[in-house]
Amino acid sequence: MLTKRLIACFDVVEGRVTKAQQFQDNIDVAPAEDLAQQLYEDQIDEIVFYDILASAERRMIDLPVVRAVARHVFVPFTVGGGIRSIDDMFEVLKAGAEKISVDSMAVREPDIIRQGAEAFGRQCIVLSTQVQRVGAREGIPSGYEVFIDGARTATGLDAVDWVRRGEELGAGEIVVNSIDRDGTASGYDLEITRAVADAVNVPVIASGGAGTIDHIADGLTAGGAQAAIISSILYSPRFERNLGVRELKDGLRERGVAMRPYLD
Amino acid sequence: MIGVIDYRAGNAPSVGYALERLGIEHRLVAAPEALETCDRVILPGVGAARATLDSLAASGLVAPLTRLVIDERVPFLGICIGLQVLFEHSAEGETPCLGWIPGGVQRFDDGTQRVPQIGWNAVRLRRPHPVTARFPDGGHCYFVNSYYAAPADPGDVLGETSYGVEFCSIVASLNIVATQFHAEKSGELGLGILASFATWDPSC
Repeated sequence: MLTKRLIACFDVVEGRVTKAQQFQDNIDVAPAEDLAQQLYEDQIDEIVFYDILASAERRMIDLPVVRAVARHVFVPFTVGGGIRSIDDMFEVLKAGAEKISVDSMAVREPDIIRQGAEAFGRQCIVLSTQVQRVGAREGIPSGYEVFIDGARTATGLDAVDWVRRGEELGAGEIVVNSIDRDGTASGYDLEITRAVADAVNVPVIASGGAGTIDHIADGLTAGGAQAAIISSILYSPRFERNLGVRELKDGLRERGVAMRPYLD
Repeated sequence: MIGVIDYRAGNAPSVGYALERLGIEHRLVAAPEALETCDRVILPGVGAARATLDSLAASGLVAPLTRLVIDERVPFLGICIGLQVLFEHSAEGETPCLGWIPGGVQRFDDGTQRVPQIGWNAVRLRRPHPVTARFPDGGHCYFVNSYYAAPADPGDVLGETSYGVEFCSIVASLNIVATQFHAEKSGELGLGILASFATWDPSC
């Protein structure tokens, strides 16, 4: 039976993992390479790495850091931020990533999804979406709108329409990141996560807001997601007590969620 | 020396990093000349069957690989697409494949499962084999696939996994072993398979 996945998410600035609240007030955590190695040894299922300034600074992702992380991580590794072309994707894959996450660029030029899926296979292309609850209105029937550029720019796109379009174009997984919940430790936005999981047939990843084991379990059951992105709960200095992968998985299993067994 | 076949749509660097961690001598092989010093071969893979085969053909690697694996019988490990292209035919784009192992490759049923399958799933071993000597029966490995292989000879199935159907997740025939999961991305269990492959002598 396919198990649910716990994905550790890194927001990386100059090779270091930082932690934000609702896309602001980043605080420094640790070098990406060290944290990646530590989480691999703690048996995390997957790691995703966003170079959060690459897009705004209009530069290519920090490849030496991607390479350094890839050398220590023998679980799947996704990289996003600043990807503008098939050649950029190729460079990131050659540096040792398995998957490419596209976000703002995909909204501006949706054909990049199709091109990436054609060149590297659908499984390589993760469509990441930053969504905010804005209330149902004309053009936004789901009540959730897609934002880009680090949640600064509204797109006028309906979140559910956009992920359907992304799947059609060739995205192999969809990340639903709630701007309202990001870094708040108040739980995933289950409503939009569920709506996306019901709308597409590719795996869906819940993101933004996991602060407790119950939140993660909810995302993977009521939210209908196949995987959960976590960060604060693992390593944020704002948390009184961080939890390890084993503790998280034991708790999830107790709540009836199938997880990859922890190896002694 | 293990030759890791390096083609545009592949993920040879990830396999290289895993072998580096294990301290296993290897080289990335992008052209036929580089194969000459290799006495075992890994064919990694991500992406589509046709793109993989086209890329191998464009690099002039199909004939020298066939000579090494089929005529000289050097130990061979295929990974993911590197498993699927070993069969006669893939339903993915109706692609004729290498035909080293009898059987075909078909698609998961979109009606009952999310496709692609992405994540960690259990691998049950059907028989003992030197390459899975370190692998615990039922251990979890990382899969990313929309298609799966159906070997014509059930004797070629070394491992099985469930995803709506029971499918062959490890194939083994003579000097050939291949995993549908990403052994290089399946944590310590996957590294164990790579380590066992590195010392495997199929003639024993």
